[in-house]
Amino acid sequence: MAKSAVKLRAKAKKGIIDIKCLMTHPMETGFRKDKKTGEKIPEHFIQTVVAEKNGVVFMNADVNTTISKNPYLRIKVAGEKGDKITVTWTDNKGVTGTGSKAAK
Amino acid sequence: MRRRLFLKGTLAGSAITAALGAGLLLPRAALAAWPKAVMEASSFGDTGTASGSVKIKAPEIAENGAVVPITIDATGVDGVESISIVAAANSRPLAATYRMGEGAIPFVSTRLKMSKTGDVYGVVKTVSGTLNTKTQVKVTVGGCA
Repeated sequence: MAKSAVKLRAKAKKGIIDIKCLMTHPMETGFRKDKKTGEKIPEHFIQTVVAEKNGVVFMNADVNTTISKNPYLRIKVAGEKGDKITVTWTDNKGVTGTGSKAAK
Repeated sequence: MRRRLFLKGTLAGSAITAALGAGLLLPRAALAAWPKAVMEASSFGDTGTASGSVKIKAPEIAENGAVVPITIDATGVDGVESISIVAAANSRPLAATYRMGEGAIPFVSTRLKMSKTGDVYGVVKTVSGTLNTKTQVKVTVGGCA
């Protein structure tokens, strides 16, 4: 899909990594209508988000259409500088996007 | 102990867990794991008891219902299994459920769409029960949710 499906920033401070990420996704609810044709735009949204630290899952989420377009997510995990953080999402069409970065 | 609970509550089978750990999870498998009935339900069931130790941060008035920043902080609570965000006035109230695993700090911040003014709940499931906190968000322009 898009070049950077997940933009990620991870900062370690006092044993806690603060992770901020932005995912690029339209998050269509299925309720909106196309203004020109009057037809409903089918739903297209992220369903699951998985966050890993050094390859071990520490958070996974079920996400609904309620989350805004281009979702922003901030989470925290215990860890140190240099730990590799990976965030992956999967949408209802089976498309996935991922991003990873070492904590600074 | 917490880790075991996390794995059990999280994924349907250990096979999926193994696949996930190895980075082999197929999109199909992930699709099957999404709890459709729960997510599309028009009401959210048990919100548990109100608790002051769960903190929620949300704007009092949201000018644009399409982007409502919500922060739920349960750092002061022990044994958190999951955090759910529920926007009561939406047609699908449950916005998201974040399950916490090993090392995760019970803190989540994200942005919601809200169709109209209503209460936003932060529901925190712990090993010993369910806690919640709520706040009202006034929406001036709905965000089509």
